[in-house]
Amino acid sequence: MLASRALSLVSKRAISTSVCLRGGHGVAKVEDYALPVYFDRRENPLPDINYVQTLSPEQISLKEKEKGSWISLSNEEKIALYRISFKQSFAEMNQGSAEWKSVFGGVLFFIGFTGLVVLWQRKYVYGPVPPTFDDEHKAKELQRMLDMRINPVEGFSAKWDYENKQWKK
Amino acid sequence: MSLPKPVMRGLLGKRLRFHLPIAFTLSLAAAIAFKYTVTEPRKQAYADFYKQYDATKEFNAMREAGIFESVRPSGE
Repeated sequence: MLASRALSLVSKRAISTSVCLRGGHGVAKVEDYALPVYFDRRENPLPDINYVQTLSPEQISLKEKEKGSWISLSNEEKIALYRISFKQSFAEMNQGSAEWKSVFGGVLFFIGFTGLVVLWQRKYVYGPVPPTFDDEHKAKELQRMLDMRINPVEGFSAKWDYENKQWKK
Repeated sequence: MSLPKPVMRGLLGKRLRFHLPIAFTLSLAAAIAFKYTVTEPRKQAYADFYKQYDATKEFNAMREAGIFESVRPSGE
């Protein structure tokens, strides 16, 4: 009895020191980001690892019971097993939130702010508009368009009454 | 906890059988509506315009307005 205990101690020491025997370099440290992570995703239904990694004693006993016939599991036990493996159900992970209201509000706010910026620019940045934009020039422009019969069938000149020199009613 | 097993197959076929006839009908309706609200009136407008169109009269009116560079108004 004592001899087997001593032997198991020696073998444990052998395993733990075998790493150090490899020229003193050992094994590379495994970074957290390189390990499999748990995720709830609709398009990827089965994550790499279970949600609960360290089981409580009753969870361990439940896992043992799971190895037998599943008919003997009650509904609560089935749900408990589910919650060990998964964090959120599909219904929970797919439910919408009210985030869209904030997003929409933010978008409208910044569009409004952009409008103010544009107004300020129009006043303080841009130079004056060309002289051809005043009423007299525009009237001459329109008269010339009518003289040239621009779009006489369905468009501009079609709406002008050439006999009475006015817009058609 | 005995939920009915959800439908696992034929989902795309079911969706297509529902949506494709609707899509075809609506597209056809849009085309017909466009034909009879836009293209037919447009063809009629052009026909009516050219029925009473006197090219020489229009040309002389344009000439008098002074828009041409090759032919000046008759006064000058």
